[in-house]
Amino acid sequence: MKRVVILGGGVGGTLVANLLVRKLRHDIDRHEASVTLIDEMGMHVYQPGFMYIAMGGERAEKLVRPERSLLDEEVQLQVGRISRIDEAKGQVEMEDGSQIGYDELVIATGSRIVPEEIEHFNEEAHHFYTAAAALELRHALDAFTGGKIVIGIAGMPYKCPPAPLEVAFLIESELRERGLREKTQIDYCSPIGRAFTIESVSEMATPILAEKGIELHTFFNVESIDPARKVVQSLEGEELPYDLLILVPPHRGAKLVIDSGLAPASGWLPTDHHTLRVGGRPNVYALGDATDLPLSKAGSTAHFEAPIVAELIAASIQEREPRGKHASYTGRVMCFFEVGDGKGTLLQFDYDHPPRPPKPNRFWHLGKVVFNRTYWHTVPRGRV
Amino acid sequence: MQTLATPIPRIVDARGSYCPGPLMELIRAIREGQVGDLIAVYSSDAGSKMDIPKWVEKAGHRLVGVDTRDGYDEIVVEKLR
Repeated sequence: MKRVVILGGGVGGTLVANLLVRKLRHDIDRHEASVTLIDEMGMHVYQPGFMYIAMGGERAEKLVRPERSLLDEEVQLQVGRISRIDEAKGQVEMEDGSQIGYDELVIATGSRIVPEEIEHFNEEAHHFYTAAAALELRHALDAFTGGKIVIGIAGMPYKCPPAPLEVAFLIESELRERGLREKTQIDYCSPIGRAFTIESVSEMATPILAEKGIELHTFFNVESIDPARKVVQSLEGEELPYDLLILVPPHRGAKLVIDSGLAPASGWLPTDHHTLRVGGRPNVYALGDATDLPLSKAGSTAHFEAPIVAELIAASIQEREPRGKHASYTGRVMCFFEVGDGKGTLLQFDYDHPPRPPKPNRFWHLGKVVFNRTYWHTVPRGRV
Repeated sequence: MQTLATPIPRIVDARGSYCPGPLMELIRAIREGQVGDLIAVYSSDAGSKMDIPKWVEKAGHRLVGVDTRDGYDEIVVEKLR
């Protein structure tokens, strides 16, 4: 019996589990393979929807479904907290004292936000990386009557790289509709020397920032917040006053993988660009936010990585070579990018081909709306 | 670039990391370092030798030098504040 154990019931973990069951159907029927997914809460959360709680129109309860409802019935679901991965024994230790042995391990434990790493973040800054925080930001925007809004990034890498720019564009549109734009200054702070990490996307976004009158501050790495003076300060020595401060919180990988000795203090697992194996181990894989790959931390990345992990594990269990287009990961990612006023664009890229975003239009905005609405029936089940 | 009189820099080996990885690694080293520290960033990302000097100027540190090595650039920075 070959035991596949998957840690995490997000996009990556759920999709790997469902794809593996398809590939291993006969092995499972003959009791020669099993697929187990361990998730802390047993609930699947559609995190890209959080931004839309803040931007209006989305409700937190619509973004959560029981993990069991998304999994093939052949996947064994274990709900509980993991305390440690014991590589020497080939087992996962649960906080309740039980152990779950594995032959192949998939780590899809995502990322976590650590706003507490910046003093006064929790009291002063808003964000949209949890449903609760996004709702608080929505309330703050509803109460906003004009002033200075600072939008920035308080640590890289972070989930969904376009999100802070999208938020800047959407807030600007909203303020215009509410007649508050003339009374509001919007500053956008980027930690690097341009608006966005990928040059072609930056070239698309920078003129939109200018057109919307959003002031771009480059090389602004958030260092501290002074609540008494209501200013945010950068490592580079600049400071910006705010009435409403919106910051992407710092992110780290799961504590579990740090404590188990698989990842450095950052928590990002050292992952092979093409096989998605961790640190040269033949039977441990990572995908999604958990990796240290030079790609977006986004559900889309996990979505395109999952078929490769499933194919490599199935090939190993069936003692064959990986085959087809999923034998190796090319770095493929595809995601939508909102620019406000009901328009969006599409970013498609891989390791060797940077994105060439089409001119923003209504079609790609609607594409994002439809994708969000149909997610539950498509991505986790491997239908797209 | 280095003589017997200059201190040995702390090496930040960011080879294989893509933009903005090398810059972020340098920023982490600057945050952890002391005024006067020399930090040498090794980067195989072609953008680093342009981005890092711009950041160093804005952040008020000193660019000691940029040398092209075998397949990577070595960018040495002195922390000034």
